[in-house]
Amino acid sequence: MRRNLTLKSTARITFVLLVSLAAGTAVHAQGRPGPSGPPPTAKAAAPIDLTGYWESLVTTEDWVYRMVTPRPGDYAGVPLRPVGIQVMDAWDPAKDTAAGLQCKSYGAPAIMRVPEHLHITWQDDQTLKMETDAGEQTRLFHFVPSMAAAHGPRTWQGYSVAQWEFQRQGGGFRSAGKAVWGSLKVTTSNLKEGYLRKNGVPYSEKTQVMEYYDPVQESNGDGLMVVTSYVTDPVYLFSPFVTDNNFLKLSSAAGWEPSACSAMW
Amino acid sequence: MASNQSRFRAANSAMRGMTCAIALILASAALPVRAQGVVAQEPVDLSGSWVPYATDNPLEVDEGPFTDDWTGMPLSAAGRALAQSYSASIYAEPERVCQLYGQWKYMTAPFPVRIWPVVGQATDQIVAWRLQTTEDQGGMTIWMDGRQPPSKYLDYSRGAFTTGHWKGDTLIADTSHLKMAPARNNGGFYSDQATLTSTFILHGDKLVMVFVLHDPVYFTQPYVYSRFFNRSTARPASTAWPPCIVNYEGVAEGAVPFYLPGKNPLLDQMMKVFHVPEYASEGGAQTMYPAYRDRLKAQYLKLYPTFPKKCKQYCTNFLFQRPAANLAQPVARAPAKSGQRKAKSGH
Repeated sequence: MRRNLTLKSTARITFVLLVSLAAGTAVHAQGRPGPSGPPPTAKAAAPIDLTGYWESLVTTEDWVYRMVTPRPGDYAGVPLRPVGIQVMDAWDPAKDTAAGLQCKSYGAPAIMRVPEHLHITWQDDQTLKMETDAGEQTRLFHFVPSMAAAHGPRTWQGYSVAQWEFQRQGGGFRSAGKAVWGSLKVTTSNLKEGYLRKNGVPYSEKTQVMEYYDPVQESNGDGLMVVTSYVTDPVYLFSPFVTDNNFLKLSSAAGWEPSACSAMW
Repeated sequence: MASNQSRFRAANSAMRGMTCAIALILASAALPVRAQGVVAQEPVDLSGSWVPYATDNPLEVDEGPFTDDWTGMPLSAAGRALAQSYSASIYAEPERVCQLYGQWKYMTAPFPVRIWPVVGQATDQIVAWRLQTTEDQGGMTIWMDGRQPPSKYLDYSRGAFTTGHWKGDTLIADTSHLKMAPARNNGGFYSDQATLTSTFILHGDKLVMVFVLHDPVYFTQPYVYSRFFNRSTARPASTAWPPCIVNYEGVAEGAVPFYLPGKNPLLDQMMKVFHVPEYASEGGAQTMYPAYRDRLKAQYLKLYPTFPKKCKQYCTNFLFQRPAANLAQPVARAPAKSGQRKAKSGH
């Protein structure tokens, strides 16, 4: 009798313990890896889906610097140092074309400002790929960065390290709730020098770009993406050059028209 | 036997007590998570003084738009007709001297936006977020307490009516009961039938605001605008101003300054300064998309070799000016909103 009572009580305690622990850990477990096993891949952990086709939406903001080639010497809005103004004033698109440098205005610090279509796909479980039709550029966002690749030869698109910013049920970036929304943060360096604008407003190879990719749901169901680009250049800029770029989600590849880099248009 | 049963009862009772105690302790361990149910209503703190970053859209923010620059605006035929007949002197009308700007001003003014919570006295919970910039702006109260919009027939204040909800840490707000107001200070208006969806995305001490304006009268498609702000630790922008006083500013009561169709002399500024043809500067949804560049390309590139080799007008912003000697005489621009607020609201 005593043994039965003790066993019943022990079983009750054990059950309560397990239920309570389960209740406590269940909330933590949502959207995060369990204590054992490998962490989920970037693709599996994605709180938002950026894949698909997107189209630039050039609504008023900087239209005259984006939709047409800006006037020679026009750097309105760019915190350009005097040394940068000198470089800009020496801009010669014919010379760039002859030197095979037509893509100088399609580098990572500028490419999101170019009116274009984007095609975003997963190259593998840890790498997001973004292709542009304008200038036929490809950007790779590495969730598991490689030190060797990050210090390889400089390119127009440089080397990009990506991370998700999770927004969780219950709020706060450190909350334990299930990930219900989020953003993509991308940091890019190892760039070849290029132009922030088509008319030769320069950035140096010491430039770094930090970007936030934020999806926005319109009330009519349309999908929007806002890409905030935060460009820092200790050589040519007094302070960061920040722009917001809006993209509209497309349901198909309609409008996708690859075009080669152009130094003039 | 009886004493054994008593001991068993006592032991059983103690065990039950211990079970309950353990359960309580374990349940309390989960409390911080559950307690976030309260926090969940306001997952992040938006309050503060937010300063717009100066490098985006300098033509709009620094100097105000050109008189005929509706590029990238999805204007309808009615919206375009209104814009082209617009005279900035309407703000000298006694009826409009004290008229407030609309909520769109958060996107285009160079001033900081102050955001603060409104706390309900009875519940001590945040019932709304309040936004304000300058004295001549209508303000915005984003109600978070689940209240329903008033009847669409109700004439509401210039502050309009806004409700909000959270998606993760992102605040999404829907505004109705707007008054007709400028989306650009050159006659690009939205109507009182418009609705606004605004999204507030926080990245640490950085805030991205996205406004999407739907207007069935003056726009053919949603008008999208986004803007980047830094949180400022400087003294917050004041939102308290002396009352506006109506006085005579050159337009008699009852007069409405305007231009008849085809008579507006200021519709060639975009061509003169930026070599953008009138068919593009008059806007329309097609001007928002990349494909529109194809229409501009031939004419624009033909003109480009004729451009001055050195940019002379509106080439920089007020923070980083070229030497004044390089500047030519400015072309005509939209007059600032007149009145006692002229110096503060010349945008």
